[in-house]
Amino acid sequence: MRVGEHLNAALHAVFERTPDLYLLGEDVADPYGGAFKITRGLSTRFPGRVLTTPISENAITGVAAGLALSGDRAIVEIMFGDFAALAFDQVLNFASKSVSMYGTRVPMRMVVRCPVGGGRGYGPTHSQSLQKHFVGIPHLSLYELSPFHDCEAVLDEMLSLGEPCVLFEDKVLYTRPAGLAEPPFCLAVEGGVARVFLDGPPDCVIIAPGGLAHRAMAAMRSLLVEEEITCTLLVPSRLYPFDVAALDADLPVAHVFVVEESTGGGTWGAEVAHLLHRRHWDRLAGPVTLVHSAASIIPTAAHLEREVLVDESTIHRAIRETLRG
Amino acid sequence: MTELLDRLPAPSRLDDADLSLMLTIRAFELKLLDLYGRGLLHGTTHTCLGQEYVPVALRTLLDPGDHVFSNHRGHGHYLARFGDAEGLLAEIMGREGAVCGGVGGSQHIRRDRYLSTGVQGESLPVATGVALHLKRSEPGQVACVHVGDGTFGEGAVYEALNIAALWELPLLVVVENNGIAQSTPASRHLAGSIAGRAAAFGIDHRLIGTADVAEIRRVLAPLVARTRLGVPLVVEFATERLGPHSKGDDTRPADQIRRIHENGWYARYARRYPDHLDRLDAEARAYVDAVAADVTARPPSRWTPS
Repeated sequence: MRVGEHLNAALHAVFERTPDLYLLGEDVADPYGGAFKITRGLSTRFPGRVLTTPISENAITGVAAGLALSGDRAIVEIMFGDFAALAFDQVLNFASKSVSMYGTRVPMRMVVRCPVGGGRGYGPTHSQSLQKHFVGIPHLSLYELSPFHDCEAVLDEMLSLGEPCVLFEDKVLYTRPAGLAEPPFCLAVEGGVARVFLDGPPDCVIIAPGGLAHRAMAAMRSLLVEEEITCTLLVPSRLYPFDVAALDADLPVAHVFVVEESTGGGTWGAEVAHLLHRRHWDRLAGPVTLVHSAASIIPTAAHLEREVLVDESTIHRAIRETLRG
Repeated sequence: MTELLDRLPAPSRLDDADLSLMLTIRAFELKLLDLYGRGLLHGTTHTCLGQEYVPVALRTLLDPGDHVFSNHRGHGHYLARFGDAEGLLAEIMGREGAVCGGVGGSQHIRRDRYLSTGVQGESLPVATGVALHLKRSEPGQVACVHVGDGTFGEGAVYEALNIAALWELPLLVVVENNGIAQSTPASRHLAGSIAGRAAAFGIDHRLIGTADVAEIRRVLAPLVARTRLGVPLVVEFATERLGPHSKGDDTRPADQIRRIHENGWYARYARRYPDHLDRLDAEARAYVDAVAADVTARPPSRWTPS
């Protein structure tokens, strides 16, 4: 099964057993089923709860917040995650603040789904990874779609937190196979962290969200074959707040890399590195290495886009240079 | 000026409850300005002096199952719904008994089905979402949202109106058009009209030019009843802001402010029913003085960030 189909099936399953759940988004109704077909079939099965909306990211996110205030649950699909910038006020100043700014805890059960990332030639306003722009907002949890985590369980977790969540979905994942780590690598998922590993202690650990998993695994394979460097990949489901203790079984290791597609500057990886330094500084060989895209807008032409975005070779090079000098 | 006043119909005599509430709101707002002047309040606040009659008139048209969304100028909305001057003042002053623990302050208050927030226009989409819930789960209830004329500069307003009209939601938008957005007059911030903007979405609009509570209720009762059936409505009150935007930031000429005073509901009612007004006004001021003395003496509110 592909990741997109897995997510679609998970939405069907959650809707089936959650009568107070709504989904709002642009062009989500059948037969279109959303720009990436993730909501296909939902509006037919759940009429009245799956609502196709005007092009109004701010309002539909606010409507979801209104539903959440009323005790319902709501999922918003932002067609391209970039457009979440138009909904930022509702996320930053209303939905997340409402959890605590009225003096007592107000449950806000809502998820904003954001397809993100480049590699498909959509250009500067349709290719960004916006995770870093949402890091550090009180009562806002950030999750990322992963090929290894069970989407239904992740949706359940987000919708029962009582705090709004953003789910970042790397668009390149939708057509990738779900749940596979090819030999010789093994896969284990425990708690919120998926682990791709070889037997024995690794030379380094890579921490990367789900959208980077296939690129990281390809780099792990070429590093193993060409350099005899062994890596363990850790894929957290929740990016923020980041549970650094959940990685204790695999850390400390001398060399740690945090890999993300975000363009450079004020990134999620910097937050993770900060947490790792505080917890494991005395046992690390050096600073955690950040691997991210160039500090640039994301161009449209394929050859230019490749120069900006993190890919397998960026990860391979960063690890080889750090470990081999 | 006198000539104009003479042409206005005489105000109806209010019942004690309505007049007392309007005077309590006025006394409360004057007390806030007084407390600020004496350095006893932290931050800022926006008083509704002159506009007190709007939530008081709406009070009997709404019921406890309806949601009210207020804005930065919301003390009158809160007092008209709950009559709880102690909880509100404690909230604004950060004292024990604060309705939201002192976390929200003047602009961010939530209680039962009442909520205010501090970003212009932000509450319209939220109220639209609540109206969607009400339509499906509690048909007959409305989401009532108060905004000012200045808020019509925000795109969120139009996104929400579009959705409310398309989905036939029980949304009541109350525009308190006091003709000025902070310091910018409507002539410099509002192209066209509120009515024209409602019309663009096929939403009914009603302009209320009077401060007569009985007359307002007579006009609005059937319209609000229709809103309960899923016909959104924009009610625009042509009103006047008597006080500054927040504290001492009024840039309007003195003679304009004097005219607003002379034309306002308080002065007109005082001319027509002096005994009624004087009696209840003295009671309202004494009540608010006592509340202020009590709340000022309370210990600070407590809250733990989590």
